[in-house]
Amino acid sequence: MSEAATPSLGPVSSSVIDAPHVRPPLLAQSAPWLIFGLFAAVPLLALATGDSFILVVATRMLIFALAALSLNLIMGYGALVSFGHAAYIGIGAYAVGILSSYGINDLLLQIAAALAASGLFALVTGYLSLRTSGVYFIMITLAFGQMAFFFMVSLSAFGGDDGISLSGRSTLFGADLLRSNLVLFYGVLGVLAAAFLLMRMLVASRFGRVLRGTRDNPTRMRAIGFSPFSFQLTAYVIAGMIAALAGVLLANQVQFVSPAYMTWARSGELIVMVVLGGMGTLLGPIIGATVFILLEDVLAHFSEHWKLGLGLILVLVVLGSRDGMSGLARRLRGGSDV
Amino acid sequence: MLNLFLLQSLNGIQFGILLFLVAAGLTLIFGVMDLINLAHGVLYMIGAYLTAAFAAMTGSFAYGILIALPATLAIGIALEVLVFRRLYDRSHLDQVLATFGLILILNETVKIIWGSAPLSVPMPEAFSGSIQLMGNLRYPTFRILIIAAGLATALGLYFMVNHTRLGMLLRAGATHGAMVSALGVNIRRLFMIVFGLGAMLAGFAGGMVAPILSVDPGMGDSILILTFVVIVIGGVGSVRGAFVAAILVGLVDTLGRSFGPMLLRNLLDPAAAAQMGRTLAPMLVYILMAAVLYLRPTGLFPMGGGTR
Amino acid sequence: MSKMTKLALALLTATALTGAAHAQDKAQDKKVKIGLIYTLSGPSALLGEQSRDAFLLAAEKLGNKFGGLDAEIIIQDDEQKPDIGVSKAQQLVERDQVDFVVGPIFSNVLNAIVKPVTASGAFLISTNAGTSNLAGKDCNANLFVTSYQNDQMHEVSGKYAETQGYKRVVLIAPNYQAGKDALAGFKHSYKGEAAQELYVPLGQLDFSAELAQIAADAPDAVYAFLPGGMGVNFVKQYRQAGLEATPFLSAFTVDETTLPAQQDAALGFMAGSNWAPDLDTPEARAFTTAYEAKYKRVPATYAVQAYDAAMLIDAALKKTGGNLEDKDALRQAMKTAEFTSPRGQFALGDNHFPIQDFYLTKVVKRADGQFATSYVETIFDDYKDNYASECKM
Repeated sequence: MSEAATPSLGPVSSSVIDAPHVRPPLLAQSAPWLIFGLFAAVPLLALATGDSFILVVATRMLIFALAALSLNLIMGYGALVSFGHAAYIGIGAYAVGILSSYGINDLLLQIAAALAASGLFALVTGYLSLRTSGVYFIMITLAFGQMAFFFMVSLSAFGGDDGISLSGRSTLFGADLLRSNLVLFYGVLGVLAAAFLLMRMLVASRFGRVLRGTRDNPTRMRAIGFSPFSFQLTAYVIAGMIAALAGVLLANQVQFVSPAYMTWARSGELIVMVVLGGMGTLLGPIIGATVFILLEDVLAHFSEHWKLGLGLILVLVVLGSRDGMSGLARRLRGGSDV
Repeated sequence: MLNLFLLQSLNGIQFGILLFLVAAGLTLIFGVMDLINLAHGVLYMIGAYLTAAFAAMTGSFAYGILIALPATLAIGIALEVLVFRRLYDRSHLDQVLATFGLILILNETVKIIWGSAPLSVPMPEAFSGSIQLMGNLRYPTFRILIIAAGLATALGLYFMVNHTRLGMLLRAGATHGAMVSALGVNIRRLFMIVFGLGAMLAGFAGGMVAPILSVDPGMGDSILILTFVVIVIGGVGSVRGAFVAAILVGLVDTLGRSFGPMLLRNLLDPAAAAQMGRTLAPMLVYILMAAVLYLRPTGLFPMGGGTR
Repeated sequence: MSKMTKLALALLTATALTGAAHAQDKAQDKKVKIGLIYTLSGPSALLGEQSRDAFLLAAEKLGNKFGGLDAEIIIQDDEQKPDIGVSKAQQLVERDQVDFVVGPIFSNVLNAIVKPVTASGAFLISTNAGTSNLAGKDCNANLFVTSYQNDQMHEVSGKYAETQGYKRVVLIAPNYQAGKDALAGFKHSYKGEAAQELYVPLGQLDFSAELAQIAADAPDAVYAFLPGGMGVNFVKQYRQAGLEATPFLSAFTVDETTLPAQQDAALGFMAGSNWAPDLDTPEARAFTTAYEAKYKRVPATYAVQAYDAAMLIDAALKKTGGNLEDKDALRQAMKTAEFTSPRGQFALGDNHFPIQDFYLTKVVKRADGQFATSYVETIFDDYKDNYASECKM
């Protein structure tokens, strides 16, 4: 397998290798340190400026970065575009909402429930969906996402469309640690970093190579004796579970759970984040989510017609470059785009 | 009861035909150019807004829609030249990102021009009543007009696809795009025509529903997903598939909503049946799609050509 | 360093700078800061626009002085998404350090932002949503509501159907929480038979199936709660289905935000409301005239409720002499604030929800060609919501 030649750790996929200006591995490896380091310094910034809201936005960025990262595993490395990924955020959030309405506030229990529920949902829907591919896969995942959405909307016992307002954040071994926005922020950053490392490991592993091989040439993979199905299903389940984790964190940050987290428009936004940042790179989705949320936040300051600006930026990014922002960055840097 | 069933079936067919009008253009564009155009729903919205605007100007719905048709055609071609032309050789996801951006731009532009309040398109006087079909079964005349217009469009498309040179190129383009262009066909012009035609069909659908549906900046988004459901069930690229799937979706949605709770009542106690019916009703279409795709992973009428 | 990381660095610096800029101007005292949070994008933007415009109209009328204090008004768009709403609300209370948050339109956004806003010490004035939990067991000392409790608008039509002696009424609403509350509200004051309760999927386009069912049932009246575009579609399709003779009762289904699209199709349709633009009071006339002159559209109930929020803040601050620091005094002042609402009788109850009159209104075409709701009769006088007794405050 040619992928074996890929540096075992770098956040670079085979598609990036194609660019003539390959950075030395040292610099490539420093990028994640920089990004995570910058995020880790955000609380200092909040302290220096006296603006605690920076922390709120940054936490939100990290949570959506986690969701985008999970989507990227199947989208970027498996060519499986899920248009129902927001459902998993919703499942994670509802694990928190439903358990806490029964007085179970322990974070670990909630996470366990979220992972179990999302894993099961992903297993069943993934099993059914993976019979299809391409645009049919996009639409069948949308179908399951919509079913989950409408189910929660009509679930009167848990607020239906009005949602559940949480009495507080989850506790860890009875301690109300997450009450502090700072602790929550670093907690989310820690989870994202862990998920990032997990992804890096996964992508570089034999599992990841098979997954990419399936993306690039399914026929060949089958010919050399791999069944793409079980690899794709595993990736789909892992992606769903990590997105559910993002849901647990989102519910904790917002202290509110509602079906609005799982609309198809949300799933679309997740796809946009991944594509915007550059698919199939590990840092791409993190940057994509950060930029998307920042744009939402900054553009809204200028005009009520800010969506016009956001739309223009998206169109120009695509017309200006392949592979989203990372492609654009490469191009600005002078590398060839094609 | 039988009357109600017939009436609801007619309603389902009419809803299906409406979906077909929007879906036909989308499936053509998808099939021929391999382009995922999320902005197709927006073209439907533009058709409705232009019809509303021209109808208000001329005082006649018929003139309104007649002027709106070439206008949406022109807008479609302009969009093709400015944006879509650059997307044909790009990945599906780049197309998703760009056309998602276009949705934002066009929705907001419509809001800037016409405001966020919904517009009114008066029902043309001649079609505002209802006519007797059989027994005491009456049906709104305007809805019969929609059915007629949809059937005429379907027939016209069928003729065009199967019996004209353009149709031959379309069929060939959908299955062997590279081959067609290698044979010296001006593929750029073909794509432009197809895109303009698709936009016009969507605009026509928007114009036709303007008197019975709300003309507002969100109308394109609400039909977009259903349209994708239709073309995927039908098999991407197949106009015939889109027609069958649209009618199927219309019937399942309408009949399921009205008779599903009654059927459930035979199985469950009334309260549980009502709850279950309410929960299932909005999911029916998606359950249908998931089931169809599970059984036939490339839709009901898959196009040839292997990879698609 | 790669361009990619440079870009991220630049963006983070940009956030820092905007943050710092915001942080600088918070030391200014003797100024009242008010954050408006409304749905200003997406299909329901019109409702938010009506509210925002009316609040700004009130500010203009007050010479931008609330109780003598200069006002800084910051406007945010919640995009009708609860989590965005929370984020924007936190921005208002944490970064902008506002004294009052005014909004939102939708119940789910309200439920989501109550805690972050009130916990920060700011006052939240809800100008549209009013869920039963917030009127009852979850009532909140820092939450004031200038609109209604959600059930009340529906009780109006229920009461009217009861007094008209309608024996069988078909009820229709979207299948979500507000829809269920709506039908419960209607049945609270209607004792006749609900011939059918139709729940339709949220955002449904075509109502031919439901209309056929209703026509087959031939009820004495129809009660509809179908807000926004759904209401437009339903009303446009209603007469065509052969239901022209069946009385149409509603809430939030025919109002000044949907009438521009419904026009003649809605003529004569009835709605329960706490407002009609032609109410016969000097304040109502003045408000309607000023609003129409400035914004070229007829003010709906969303507008007048937001206008009153501004009047409430003004009246309360006048009472405290512009003191924003003493929260208890300010709370007391808001509770007992006196101002004349364009709606007529208006006071706040113990749960901070309004005690007001409710009217039956009817769609008319005015002499100037505009469509609007028009006062028919007063159904409830000084009406208090049903949950107030559950509130322990």
